[in-house]
Amino acid sequence: MRSIPSLARLAATVLALGILSVLRPVVALAQDGLQPILQEYQAEIAKPSRSTVEKVLSGLMAADRPGTAEFLLRWQDRGVYARPTDGLFFYAEEIGDALRLIDIDSGAAVAEVSSREVSQIRPNSGVRAVIAAALVPFELNAPDPARREAALDAIARSGDASQIDPLSQSIETETDPALKQRKERLLTLLTAQFASALPYRLAAIEGLAGDTSIEARSVLNQLTARVPGVGTALPTGANIANVLEVGTDISEVEAYDRLVSANLAPPRQSATDRRDVLAQHIVDGAVGGVPLHLLNTDAARARAYEALEAAGTVPPRAAEDEVARAVAAHVFYEVYTEPNPEVTAAAEDALSATSHTLGLYQTLDLVLDGLSLASIFFLAAIGLAITFGVMGVINMAHGEFIMMGAYTGYVVQLFVPDYTVSLIIALPLAFVVTFGAGVAMERLVIRHLYTRPLETLLATFGISIALQQLAKNIFGTQARPLTAPDWLSGALTLNDIVSISNIRVAIFVLALIFLALLLFILKRTRLGLEVRAVTQNPGMAASMGIDPDRINMLTFGLGSGIAGIAGVAIGLYAQVTSEMGANYIVQSFMTVVVGGVGNVWGTLAGASLIGFLQKGIEWFNPSNTLAAQTYMILFIILFIQFRPKGIVALKGRAAGD
Amino acid sequence: MTKRTFMASLVATTVLATAPALAQDCPVKVGVLHSLSGTMAISETTLKDTVLMLVEQQNAKGGLLGCPIEAVVVDPASDWPLFAEKARELLTVNEVDVIFGSWTSVSRKSALPVLEELNGLMFYPVQYEGEESSRNVFYTGAAPNQQAIPAVDYFLEELGVESFALLGTDYVYPRTTNNILDAYLKSKGVAAEDIFVNYTPFGHSDWATIVADVVALGAGGKKVGVISTINGDANIGFYKELAAAGVSADDIPVVAFSVGEEELSGLDTTELVGHLAAWNYFQSADTEINAAFVKAWKAYAGENRVTNDPMEAHYIGFNMWVNAVTQAGTTDVDAVREAMWGQKFPNLTGGTAVMLPNHHLTKPVLIGEIRADGQFDIISQTEEVPGDAWTDYLPESAPLTSDWKDLGCGMYNTETKTCVQMTSNY
Amino acid sequence: MSTPEIAPRRRFLAENPSVLWFLGCLALFTLGVTVLSEGFGLALISTSMVKILGMTLCLCLIAVAMDVVWGYCGILSLGHFAFFGLGGYAIGMWLMYARTQGIVVESLSATPIPPTDIEIEKAIASQIFGVVGSNELPWLWGFAHSLTLQLMMVVLVPGLLALVFGWLAFRSRVTGVYLSILTQAMTLALSLYLFQNDTGLRGNNGLSGLQNIPGLDHVPQSALSLWFFWASALALGLGYLVFAWLVSGKFGSVIRAIRDNEARVRFLGYDVESYKLMIFTLTAVVSAIAGALYYPQAGIINPAEIAPIASIYLAVWVAIGGRGRLYGAVIGAAVVSLASSWFTGGGAPNINLGFYTINWTDWWLVLLGLGFVAVTLFFPRGIGGLFDMIVRKP
Repeated sequence: MRSIPSLARLAATVLALGILSVLRPVVALAQDGLQPILQEYQAEIAKPSRSTVEKVLSGLMAADRPGTAEFLLRWQDRGVYARPTDGLFFYAEEIGDALRLIDIDSGAAVAEVSSREVSQIRPNSGVRAVIAAALVPFELNAPDPARREAALDAIARSGDASQIDPLSQSIETETDPALKQRKERLLTLLTAQFASALPYRLAAIEGLAGDTSIEARSVLNQLTARVPGVGTALPTGANIANVLEVGTDISEVEAYDRLVSANLAPPRQSATDRRDVLAQHIVDGAVGGVPLHLLNTDAARARAYEALEAAGTVPPRAAEDEVARAVAAHVFYEVYTEPNPEVTAAAEDALSATSHTLGLYQTLDLVLDGLSLASIFFLAAIGLAITFGVMGVINMAHGEFIMMGAYTGYVVQLFVPDYTVSLIIALPLAFVVTFGAGVAMERLVIRHLYTRPLETLLATFGISIALQQLAKNIFGTQARPLTAPDWLSGALTLNDIVSISNIRVAIFVLALIFLALLLFILKRTRLGLEVRAVTQNPGMAASMGIDPDRINMLTFGLGSGIAGIAGVAIGLYAQVTSEMGANYIVQSFMTVVVGGVGNVWGTLAGASLIGFLQKGIEWFNPSNTLAAQTYMILFIILFIQFRPKGIVALKGRAAGD
Repeated sequence: MTKRTFMASLVATTVLATAPALAQDCPVKVGVLHSLSGTMAISETTLKDTVLMLVEQQNAKGGLLGCPIEAVVVDPASDWPLFAEKARELLTVNEVDVIFGSWTSVSRKSALPVLEELNGLMFYPVQYEGEESSRNVFYTGAAPNQQAIPAVDYFLEELGVESFALLGTDYVYPRTTNNILDAYLKSKGVAAEDIFVNYTPFGHSDWATIVADVVALGAGGKKVGVISTINGDANIGFYKELAAAGVSADDIPVVAFSVGEEELSGLDTTELVGHLAAWNYFQSADTEINAAFVKAWKAYAGENRVTNDPMEAHYIGFNMWVNAVTQAGTTDVDAVREAMWGQKFPNLTGGTAVMLPNHHLTKPVLIGEIRADGQFDIISQTEEVPGDAWTDYLPESAPLTSDWKDLGCGMYNTETKTCVQMTSNY
Repeated sequence: MSTPEIAPRRRFLAENPSVLWFLGCLALFTLGVTVLSEGFGLALISTSMVKILGMTLCLCLIAVAMDVVWGYCGILSLGHFAFFGLGGYAIGMWLMYARTQGIVVESLSATPIPPTDIEIEKAIASQIFGVVGSNELPWLWGFAHSLTLQLMMVVLVPGLLALVFGWLAFRSRVTGVYLSILTQAMTLALSLYLFQNDTGLRGNNGLSGLQNIPGLDHVPQSALSLWFFWASALALGLGYLVFAWLVSGKFGSVIRAIRDNEARVRFLGYDVESYKLMIFTLTAVVSAIAGALYYPQAGIINPAEIAPIASIYLAVWVAIGGRGRLYGAVIGAAVVSLASSWFTGGGAPNINLGFYTINWTDWWLVLLGLGFVAVTLFFPRGIGGLFDMIVRKP
């Protein structure tokens, strides 16, 4: 057991020293102060590294000088400075640009210096974790709950056997119920991993069965970690996990490679090796009697090598069947790093109890991701579902409306620093801005091109590149920050596997709202009726007293306005750049086309198909997202070939052919 | 605004008061080959401004060889074939003496054949994947052994990371870097199943699944670390998702090779405090010359502009070139090249950069932790590491070396003792 | 003396004086550039300018193809640049392979023992793919050693892709804007596919160093650029002639009829799908040939070249030049691409408005975009239309 003074005693000593120091001259270093001990480890403290910090800690603990715990805390929090001229350490506080150095032992201000005269000691997070672990015994009973929680985090990050005792002792006195629960859980994990008494340990391991948390699985996986082994026979006394069957569990080539790396067999001779050997035995422009210029085939080289073999100048090569014989003569196995078979068996059981639920949760998480992606696609495409789907206008500048919405959000945040308020302003404002832009575009350009849909495509493309470049000219090429308010950051977490960020949930909800709103507008309002009438037969609608110009203008404005709101949402979860709209435009068109033109439900179906499809393909090949996108688009191309009208095809006159 | 637009004008000329004419053709012309429009303008415009600032400073000091320096700026517009076209134009039509330019590897590879054909001289300022050493290019950015390998060592030794997620954008720099790191990690005893690799497209925004995959690695019972070669805008979505998932730097540290001060200005970094970046320069480096450099930059480009690693690379490259020209007494490419070998110039972060005969620099490797204000706390700084053109960790390139001074070859096979090729590998 | 074989040809040229005019202008232009060039003449036009002009001719050729498929047949394909790129990739593979082979064979010849074929191939592969972290030659490169085979690929790969894609799309009666979106999706899928490192075409890096023609190391670029310029001019001339002949006869009438009213043509008993498929595939092949000539001049091809936006720009050129007249497409492509490089290349002087300076690098795209809207709205017949008005007035 290390001798560690209790925190109370430490505090008392610090206090006492503080009083004493008034009586003593500051510069004179008391032999029992902390500074002399620190100076023993000057280099290690000034340049902290994970490889040396243990040495420092054990030295400090052994010396047990007053103020040790406080020093460690400050060291961890980068509050310690070193003066290069004499190597002494100080605490410091900032006054403007300068620093006031404070003596570690006396607590008195020593000098004021600029930041270049001393160097701030910045332990990295690896070192900080070691210091925090060393501080655990002090901090577990700290009065401040936050500090106790930090100590528990330190245990969770780097647990070891020595923490079991202080942790179990601190549970009884713990007043905070949440922390108490956390302490108990950590105790179970530590016991499972390190306890010396086998029954306790097995019970703790059993208690982790079916636990899907990462902590629990991490402990169990550590307990069941295995290393490969090879030998002429199975080693006795080792905790063997399983024996590998050559041919089924492990290929012959792999098996031989293991033999080679274990120095149990000579390495195979590669073509390059053979060439090098031949090159060393060139005699009069020939090797083994084969002229050099003929050695450009494998057969000739083999002949030359055999000749050298026969002459005894080179060692004979391994025969073909030698590999097989060597492999057959050895046994390949995996051995647990944990020596006790009872522990590993219990851990394996506990793990296998988890696997079923784990699979279920992973699927659930995948579904959530798919849902989230689908709602993003839906949100990006829903404006298009109106302008393209209902009105039949190809608006290549749709992506730029999304971008305008996002930039509106950014500009609002420049003026309104409160993120919640700015969001509340930005959403309607984005609608207004893009509604206006949409109406202007419809009046000035699209109106003249209703009879020429292909040219609408080109004209709106012109607008698209102009708007993109304008955004670059105004906002610059650098991505702009659009930050979500605090209540939208963070994630909705069911457990360690299933979680989804709040912003994605918000996007999902927003998509649902839009869906309901659009359905309501189109199906239940006068405007919707008129929109449907105008898109189906403008002439007839006009003769019924509907003003098609006004309806077209409003519909286009509505679609554009919704794109603006979508822009704010997309900007919150990803980047705001002048090119962000272009990233969505092709996908959005595909969403609408796949779903079926002229129907909001179709767009929903299209977005769902694309979102889930992409996540599904990603799941098969998680290392290459680009491939998933490629195959998704290929699938869509094929899908449209076989179902040109999309998933939800309109029938009859509404189809408008 | 007027100042900025003036500087952005395509031919920015700074003419100094009459200087004595030498044998040298006046003025000395410096070509700037950085994209001012298109996707890469985001990063490259800054470098164009840096070169213009350096030219202005040099002219204020009296120019070069008694001549004023004139900057010739062209815009290759992030369109890779245009880099070849504009490089040819700079060398043959504008007849520049040196080019400062390129950002992406593909743009460099596009310009390379032209530089080698016309015997031009280019300074390339960005960290890159190595596996190249052209006679006509000086690489002032980091080679993998000056950024990636030390960062991984830091992960292994200081943070105790045992399980690695290598996330990158799908292009050559992340691919090659990850290949090198994969080989390096395996040589350090990391098992293949403890290395998770993922590639995403440029501008990727849907990071939820990938972040979840990384978090799930923690169930293996080993400390997980992320090595990110994610490029440009895509980082914003990635870090936002990371913050939303509550991944703390103490649990899963992320070290990025392409995220600097410029990139962080596009997002709120409060949630990212403690995550890491590895570079050869950070604006927060506390030295006298860096303070002067930052001050000059802010005065030149604007108070809220930040400095970054590639800017330092141009700073060193430009000054070395000026010294080499002065030493050679001419801007002739062959003479300048010889004078460049062994050129020394102080780094902004302390220590000295030396131009090696393989056309790479010696550079210190810095590791910084992201602060809430978008700057970095430097927590580790190595001695200067000599840049290695051909990595030792890939079997094909291990026997290769580059030495233009003694071997006169950029791709020399030490096993067969032959020069594989005089032109470079494009 | 007129034999039946040449009679229709004479009639074709007689009826279409614009073809002769165009070919005459092209020949004059080629001659002019040659005389003024650095390689063979007065050195008034720099090599980089010759390259730009040669590349512009290739763009004119693909614009002519685009005009045929869109202006004459009414199919707004947003995928023709994909075929252009594929042609570039096909020729690029040979250029890279052969150049690397030369380097590798020379460097291996210094070794004491001559290399085997496998060793040479491995060395080539690691030279080409070392950049993207691989050292195996993908199966795609199976024909890369042979110029003849790879030239066939220039025609076959894009041709086959167009045939299959067109067959599927036209068979399902996908028309109008849906077809445009579908072709755009195809382009996007192809460029994403090529962007992947694993697909064996060097991902984002693409194929580079294409301006160095294997076996022609001794020929200076000033001469090579002219050779390619002549080849491009020849290809444009031939392509123009073939397409002009094609659209002037009965075949041309049918495809124009398809553009104007597809259903009616079908009811008249024509196999509309076959006509469309034929035009789509033929123009795809011509685009690929244009690409195969373009990229050795550009020096590098990579997936960004194939991005959907390139194909939209192609439609823009044709629309600005004037659809339904082949010279319109040529004018559109030449004017817009040369103006683009003039404006972004710093040729245009900045305009100082006092309170703001218009810098054309920043504002050119805004101008182009708005100009395009204006052309669509006010001059649906494009620049070619203005030309017509002038010619027909007197």
